[in-house]
Amino acid sequence: MLSSGLRYTDATPVRDGFGRALVELAAEDSNVIALGADLTSSIRVHWFAEKYPERYIQMGISESDMIGAAAGLSMNGFVPFATTFSVFATSLAHQAVRLSVAYNNANVKIAVSHGGITVGPDGATHQAFEDIALMRCLPGMVVLCPADANQAYDATVAAAAHRGPVFLRLARGETAITPGNEAGFAIGRCYTLAKGSDVAIAATGSGVELAVAAESELRTGGISATVLNVSTIKPLDEETILRAAQACGAVVTVEEHSVIGGLGSTVAELLARRFPAPVEFVGVQDTFGESGEPREIMEKYGLTPHAVVDAARRAMDRKCR
Amino acid sequence: MSTAVDSSAINEMARQIRRDCIRMVVTAGSGHPGGAMGAAELFAVLYGVVLHHRSKTDTTAGPDRFVLSNGHICAGWYSALSLTGHLPREELGTHRKLGARLQGHPSRHMFPSVVETSSGPLGQGFSVAAGIALGKKLRRDEGTVFCIVGDGELQEGLVWETALSAAHRQLDNLVLIISDNDVQIDGPTSEIKRVRPVAPKFESFDWHVLTVDGHDVPALIDAFDRARTVREKPVCIVADTVMAKGVPFMEHDPKWHGTCPTPEMAERALEELGPADGWEDF
Repeated sequence: MLSSGLRYTDATPVRDGFGRALVELAAEDSNVIALGADLTSSIRVHWFAEKYPERYIQMGISESDMIGAAAGLSMNGFVPFATTFSVFATSLAHQAVRLSVAYNNANVKIAVSHGGITVGPDGATHQAFEDIALMRCLPGMVVLCPADANQAYDATVAAAAHRGPVFLRLARGETAITPGNEAGFAIGRCYTLAKGSDVAIAATGSGVELAVAAESELRTGGISATVLNVSTIKPLDEETILRAAQACGAVVTVEEHSVIGGLGSTVAELLARRFPAPVEFVGVQDTFGESGEPREIMEKYGLTPHAVVDAARRAMDRKCR
Repeated sequence: MSTAVDSSAINEMARQIRRDCIRMVVTAGSGHPGGAMGAAELFAVLYGVVLHHRSKTDTTAGPDRFVLSNGHICAGWYSALSLTGHLPREELGTHRKLGARLQGHPSRHMFPSVVETSSGPLGQGFSVAAGIALGKKLRRDEGTVFCIVGDGELQEGLVWETALSAAHRQLDNLVLIISDNDVQIDGPTSEIKRVRPVAPKFESFDWHVLTVDGHDVPALIDAFDRARTVREKPVCIVADTVMAKGVPFMEHDPKWHGTCPTPEMAERALEELGPADGWEDF
């Protein structure tokens, strides 16, 4: 943990936690450097660039080259954070990520904003619904998806300390500071935000806010739900998720990502192997997005607390009696 | 420092690299002989004369660094490494075999003490090489990063992203060597998608460009010597090479990009190459 231990209390863009942590990391470790691809302030790396201009490598609009350069820099002992929008790092530069970072086991941190839907009016071209899937299938890649700015801060610190490739997925928009997230942060741990017995809701990123709201609504209706913040998609905290599934007998996953290949698939793969249980998936169905205000898009594409509540009831109905 | 080199010894080393390439590919039953044989003098001059490494066992320790970006021609690289004490000669017989350090394309995962970055998907190695050069600049490290690419590789867009980056950052500790043999898998590069003339393209990207006969050992040594003295620009050495040089029935023929000769053809090729003075086959 860094000395400042910065804590936000009000709703804050998740990416802010990343940007602040990076500046503090740089003060403690001269090997921490950052690369950008013409989106410096969008990913909140401008605070770093202003304070450490000699350690900020502006690569221009060249995401693949940025990833390759980051891999090369890591081979001189640097700890590079390569930053851009998620869609560019994970789709456009996927070959460079696969070969030069993952296969090389290079100590590169791919830190992206605008993961998911909340890039909003920019539309489908810039919305990344498949980024978790693309990153988690790469051997050795750690996949982190913090739920709020405090977790983003902590995840950034943890990513720097981890030796090896890390994908750090940050939403663009503000999310509420979720109570229960302040209990430190460890790669590979998920955090229990509520403990219930009827249904387990496993959520990641901005999905955590929806899950927390759904839990409250379910409680009002007499249903007790466990809420798990799965801030590390890979490596997965299998035991915590299994315990919750065993205690509740039904599971819902919630993510600002396609239902194909993301958290839902990850949890389903685990349960199919070790504890088959009904699972319902809240996420973007097999479709591209569109322009609109983030809240409008979330509603249109079924990412609301209400959708989580419905999914919880469906999952409970499917329990073996 | 390089002028006192006996170029005939380097020529014999290049001859042995060609013999090794033929024999490695035949032993493996598959591989990429043509480009590797065409770059034999590049490997021989780099490993026999130019590169300064602090350690025989860990070439990534510097001061010079090497990246083979067109990873498919790795048979020639592995041979040069074995001829300069970086790996046992007999290990060449494991190329492309299960569990081998000498993978079909260079693998940092399997051979981290020598392979700086895995390569094969074209353009990627050059990008990482420029990143290594940038890192050396930031650390004020001495030494130069040398990177070989093929001419067909220049069709990859990433090459030009990196060419811009290296010039913008004035990476004068980066030397790119283009093995310009005008052959790619599907045919002559000039017919598939023309990349020539190469030199003016890099000049216009603000690189310092040297053009050299890629089989002329003294000329190559001179080019590398000059490359080290260039300041404030990355250096591109356009090396005119002949694919499968040394075996007339294979030269220039795209078939030999990635085809394994039959044992009879291999025998004929080795006869045409002749024995290398001072070296023995692995």
